[in-house]
Amino acid sequence: MTALGKLFRTTTFKLTLVYLTVFAIFAAFLLGYFAWNTRRLFTEQITATVDAEVSGLAEQYQTGGVRRLVLAIDRRSRQPGSNLYLVTTAAGETLAGNVGALPAGVLEKPGWVETEYRRLEDSEGLPHQAVVRIFELPAGFRVLVGRDLEERERLYNIVISAGRWSIALVVVLGLAGGFFVTRRVLKRVDAMTETTRTIVGGDLTGRLPVTGSGDEIDRLAENLNAMLERIEALMRGLKEVSDNIAHDLKTPLTRLRNRSEEALRSAKGEADYRAALESTIEESDGLMRTFNALLMIARAESGHARDDMTEFDAAEIARGVGELYEPLAEEKGLTLKVEAPDAITVHGNRELVSQALANLADNAIKYAAPDERAADGPGPEIAVRAYSEGDRVMLVVADNGPGIPEADRSRVVERFMRLEHSRSQPGSGLGLSLAAAVARLHGGELKLENNQPGLQAIIALPRGGPVQSRG
Amino acid sequence: MRLLIVEDDRDAADYLIKAFREVGHVAEHASDGEDGLALALEGQYDVLVIDRMLPKRDGLSIISTLRSKSVETPALILSALGQVDDRIKGLRAGGDDYLPKPYSFAELLARVEVLSRRRGGRGQETVYRVGDLELDRLSHRVTRGSEEVVLQPREFRLLEYLMKHAGQVVTRTMLLENVWDYHFDPQTNVIDVHISRLRSKIDKGFAQPLLHTVRGAGYMVRDSAR
Repeated sequence: MTALGKLFRTTTFKLTLVYLTVFAIFAAFLLGYFAWNTRRLFTEQITATVDAEVSGLAEQYQTGGVRRLVLAIDRRSRQPGSNLYLVTTAAGETLAGNVGALPAGVLEKPGWVETEYRRLEDSEGLPHQAVVRIFELPAGFRVLVGRDLEERERLYNIVISAGRWSIALVVVLGLAGGFFVTRRVLKRVDAMTETTRTIVGGDLTGRLPVTGSGDEIDRLAENLNAMLERIEALMRGLKEVSDNIAHDLKTPLTRLRNRSEEALRSAKGEADYRAALESTIEESDGLMRTFNALLMIARAESGHARDDMTEFDAAEIARGVGELYEPLAEEKGLTLKVEAPDAITVHGNRELVSQALANLADNAIKYAAPDERAADGPGPEIAVRAYSEGDRVMLVVADNGPGIPEADRSRVVERFMRLEHSRSQPGSGLGLSLAAAVARLHGGELKLENNQPGLQAIIALPRGGPVQSRG
Repeated sequence: MRLLIVEDDRDAADYLIKAFREVGHVAEHASDGEDGLALALEGQYDVLVIDRMLPKRDGLSIISTLRSKSVETPALILSALGQVDDRIKGLRAGGDDYLPKPYSFAELLARVEVLSRRRGGRGQETVYRVGDLELDRLSHRVTRGSEEVVLQPREFRLLEYLMKHAGQVVTRTMLLENVWDYHFDPQTNVIDVHISRLRSKIDKGFAQPLLHTVRGAGYMVRDSAR
């Protein structure tokens, strides 16, 4: 498509054309109306002047008859101006007046008529237009009183030509303006199309140009940019997930395969096979667990789980999770206590919140176990708390274990992120990620704070659940 | 026990039929929803194992049709959809249990056995007895021999569930679902610790243990003396 063709096809240009046509028709109509009215007014004025002349002449005639009338006409027709006079005998012989030639028969009919004529002193020139009134006097005398229409015609012509010019101007300026505006819009749209094309091509970092004028195209571009931002974040998330899945599922899968191969190669007797198969099952259970956790996170992050949100008591969740993990904590030499005295109603997905808190408790027990603690220090302790703070509900698991170094805190929330020294502990490494995803699902957040010593993991949820408008 | 397995995946169905036969049950198979419904309507089965997604008629529709015709055969739904709301939908349609894929056969077997014996089971009894262990559901008293055993409320519910299904394997997931009402994986085997606590209260100091661990499956309360 040529550049010009593209330009003509734009909505802006088509709109310009429509507006231009409507505007030109409107202007033509307006000017036509104006011209017609001017002409009418002029005609009225001329007839009034002629009537005044006529009444003056009628007076002369009444006082002095034809003779006096002829004298008066003779006098008046010598004065310069646009008034026309003529008086003839019944035979058509001119007695006085300033009208030369007239078309034949004009004088025969009394009354108003618009006619061509030639002036007496200019009998070779072009015929003029005039409006005249004809009278017939007794004894066949004919009197003509009238007025030249040149002024009227000139004015009319001026108006018409002005009209033509202005319409031409409107069309030219309109076309030029439309052209200019269209080109401007087209340029911006072209820039957007160009960027979009690179984005479609796979480069998600591109952003649509924003001029800063705040007009509708800018707003559109800003919204599209926000959308791109979100898509990019999602894509990044997806890529991270697939990278992590590749990494953390491949490792146990490789182990699984190696063990099976090893068993086939070197197992002696049923006991060896049995052991190999048992470890295979164990490994695949672990894989399944990781997989389930990933699905759970995906579900929490997609926002789909918002459908089954209900009102529940956060304190009851804390007590339930505390009670579930208390024996395990005790077995590991930790004291677990629940501090959730008051019922706190919160809107959310009970199951997911329970699981998130359970994950935090599980982590706390895993990492705060008192293996290398100084014997005289405070006893290892885990507190599961539920309390409200302003319009937020806090579900907390606090321990006084080794904690997480400040620099690592945001990293551990990432999927599969397990600090190097904790690689020896069992677990999918998804516990904190899931807790964070659940918190985000509810419009809240997961915070990791220094418990001095130890770690305090807080799931802060808005009491009323997520704000619905947030996609 | 007679089972009907409605499953469109031939491999999975064969595996299940074989595994159930090995432990002494009779399993029949239907590979689509219509056949499954027809068999379930005419056959005398103890438990139905129904895949959620089937050709011709889906699993939930089979169950709700059966229930509307007053066929109350216990049904277990197998599903690749393991989310909480899917489970709720399954139970609402009239299913009695819900097991997300992939599952271990031990888990499925334990659940099927519990379902098969639920009818005419111990639901109505007020006192459960296993050997010399006695649990009174009304007074919440537990005694072993002549001694009273003091249990925490949750320990009581744990023992109650185990004794209700005495002689049957109860898996960790079943305990987590029925005693704690949690449907997620708690990563660490927290249930084991609860069990060992309970065991120390009811079995410690007695010659005959009643609470047994079933390797690779779960737990069972059983009077091994008989």
